[in-house]
Amino acid sequence: MYRIVSKERLAHKQTLFEVEAPEIAAKAQPGQFLIVIPTEGGERVPLTICDYEADKGTVSFAFHEVGKTTKELGTFEEGDRLFNVTGPLGNPSQIGKYGRVLCVGGGIMIAPVLLQAKAMKAAGNHVTTVLGSRSEEFLFMREKAASLSDEVHLATDDGSVGEKGLEFLTDLLKKERFDRCVVMGPVVMMKMVSEITRPFNLPTIVSLTPIMIDGMGMCGVCRVTVGGNMLFGCVDGPEFDGHLTNFDELIKRQRTMLPEERLSSILWENKGRCKCGRN
Amino acid sequence: MEGTEEKTASNPMNVDVEMPRQRPKERVKNFKEVALGYTEEMAIQEARRCMQCKNPPCIKGCPVDVPIPSFIDCILQGKYAEGIAVIKTKNSLPAVCGRVCPQEGQCQMNCVRGKKGDPVNIGRLERFLADWEREHGAQIPERTPSTGKKVAVIGGGPAGLTAAADLVKMGHAVTLFEALHVAGGVLSYGIPEFRLPKDIVQKEIEYVQKLGVDLRLGNLIGRIHTIPELMEQGYHAIFISSGAGLPQWTGCPGENLGGIYSANEFLIRVNLMKAYNFPEQDTPIRIGKHVVVIGGGNVAMDCARISMRLGAKVCLNYRRSRTELPARREEIENAEEEGLMCNFLNAPAEFYGDEKGWVRSMRCTCMELTESDEKGRQGVKPIACSDFEVDADTIIVAIGQTPNPIIQRTTAGLKTDPRNGTIIVDEDGRTNLDGVFAGGDVATGAATVISAMGAGKRAAKAMHEYLMNEGPRGERPSTGN
Repeated sequence: MYRIVSKERLAHKQTLFEVEAPEIAAKAQPGQFLIVIPTEGGERVPLTICDYEADKGTVSFAFHEVGKTTKELGTFEEGDRLFNVTGPLGNPSQIGKYGRVLCVGGGIMIAPVLLQAKAMKAAGNHVTTVLGSRSEEFLFMREKAASLSDEVHLATDDGSVGEKGLEFLTDLLKKERFDRCVVMGPVVMMKMVSEITRPFNLPTIVSLTPIMIDGMGMCGVCRVTVGGNMLFGCVDGPEFDGHLTNFDELIKRQRTMLPEERLSSILWENKGRCKCGRN
Repeated sequence: MEGTEEKTASNPMNVDVEMPRQRPKERVKNFKEVALGYTEEMAIQEARRCMQCKNPPCIKGCPVDVPIPSFIDCILQGKYAEGIAVIKTKNSLPAVCGRVCPQEGQCQMNCVRGKKGDPVNIGRLERFLADWEREHGAQIPERTPSTGKKVAVIGGGPAGLTAAADLVKMGHAVTLFEALHVAGGVLSYGIPEFRLPKDIVQKEIEYVQKLGVDLRLGNLIGRIHTIPELMEQGYHAIFISSGAGLPQWTGCPGENLGGIYSANEFLIRVNLMKAYNFPEQDTPIRIGKHVVVIGGGNVAMDCARISMRLGAKVCLNYRRSRTELPARREEIENAEEEGLMCNFLNAPAEFYGDEKGWVRSMRCTCMELTESDEKGRQGVKPIACSDFEVDADTIIVAIGQTPNPIIQRTTAGLKTDPRNGTIIVDEDGRTNLDGVFAGGDVATGAATVISAMGAGKRAAKAMHEYLMNEGPRGERPSTGN
């Protein structure tokens, strides 16, 4: 189990894995996540499910190499096995016929937002997908987005392709009416999109995978304040109302272990690949 | 020890054999086991103190009915293999129980020796045999002929391991579903290394696997399979022992600041993920210089003792007084020897953070004792205008856990207690759903390892009867929302 069936480089340091996990594949639904432990003694990392094929018995997830564990994951090749993959975790997305749905994906989370687009389309919605990233070379899965959506908009921070920044969304919302918005991306981006949609009263769902350890309701490190209540990202989420989420607190909580994460990452870089004995 | 002299003078047999322990100043710098165990000579000397009562009161105090005088007699005769076999007829996890059972309130409380002096140290003798066996290789009993019945046990903690071991010994095919990547439940993620070394827990789990239990790690029931789906897959009976893993919070403002851990998070990082070895291990833990642990149970003591080993000064803030501390005396003594300070009769009111969102202090309210409630629990109430502020850069909230709701939410019709989310069961662990049993913390709320094991044992017996005799009864489980 947990054999990597395919490894796809999406962009620099951004990778998609398709992993053999038949029982998970049989139960996975859009919006849910996995806890991945690359090697014995490794961290438990929450990663959103990007796709699943029950017949083939595989489930896919994407990651951006930012810390030690994701960098280590990046060294895994097709045919390698992961130590453990637990899932599906969290509540599935509420997929339904809403009418016109806006799916916004940023950075590595473009990969799972397309699963949302696919499911929303299958449920009979008109789907507009927005793909956002730093610059053109990080903007992947454009063709897939086009095939799954009725409309696609591209946006980059530097304007190298598509719109520059996400401010154009305001104009889009003025021009077109939407019934639901789904956002997956960095916390700052989800905060920004939620602020843009707020004046339009557009119901906005954000997918939060804060720092987690067990991912099943035990540790409480993933707690977020939503509508003034303390909720857990893992068991109450991962999807919450973006207009009620306290993003500023979440951003601070995401940074609580930053020095340790940095140290771990530097040690990994310095040691190179020899540590795992996989050369 | 108080009163030791007097006891010695009257009869040396009234004094128990001390167990060697690491010295406080040394042990507070490491995560190695504190209590070092009896040598053979010590064990024999202690075993001699057992009076081999005809009608042994100690057994009545044991939730799993271990034949205590028989195994002690085996020690006296030097028949250690036989002794451990005697224990294992009733208890599949003796190395664990010998270490973490609160014997002083169970078997040892009833010991006749205890009337005039120290009771026989049953726990230490149990540990001696279990450790002897681990060094000499465990005997695996022969497989019982198959009954053809399939059983699912959900949760690999003390209740689940016990039920699984008993059921497989009765000839049923047992699959044990564990949500984490390591089995053992609280034995693995909760109790620290220095009280219960993890290689010992692992050996006990391996023993249960060798009995024939099929252990599936990383399987969160309720998500990967629901209870009704397991029934459809052909399991004839199910035992839910998913524990009490959901942390409780104070509800005070500022609780989401960085540096405020639930006891669960703190323990999982340190015990399960071995964060005390960071960066050799990947999961980090951040600890400040001044730690406040809120609570007074064994979990609070474990968090405090870990914090001291990580180099912090630790203060325990408990809302009642020393007399009401729910932790085991032994744990309180150990913690205080290691440098724990206690601050009684105060409760948290608010947490304050710095500009980066990290906790820097907390405001507390003084409390006073009032009359006890119906259950005999000491009442407390706040004293007006008594708030004070203490500096703390790490706070650990250790005020209890409730059951994880995932199974309850995904099993329609399963009766639970709306107050605390525990699954309602009869004395043998039967839920209101046909073929579904539950036990341990998920049914009682957070309790001890041995009471969970007792529940696992009783449920296994009831499940065996159900599987062999009883026909379907009551409702069948169906998928919830």
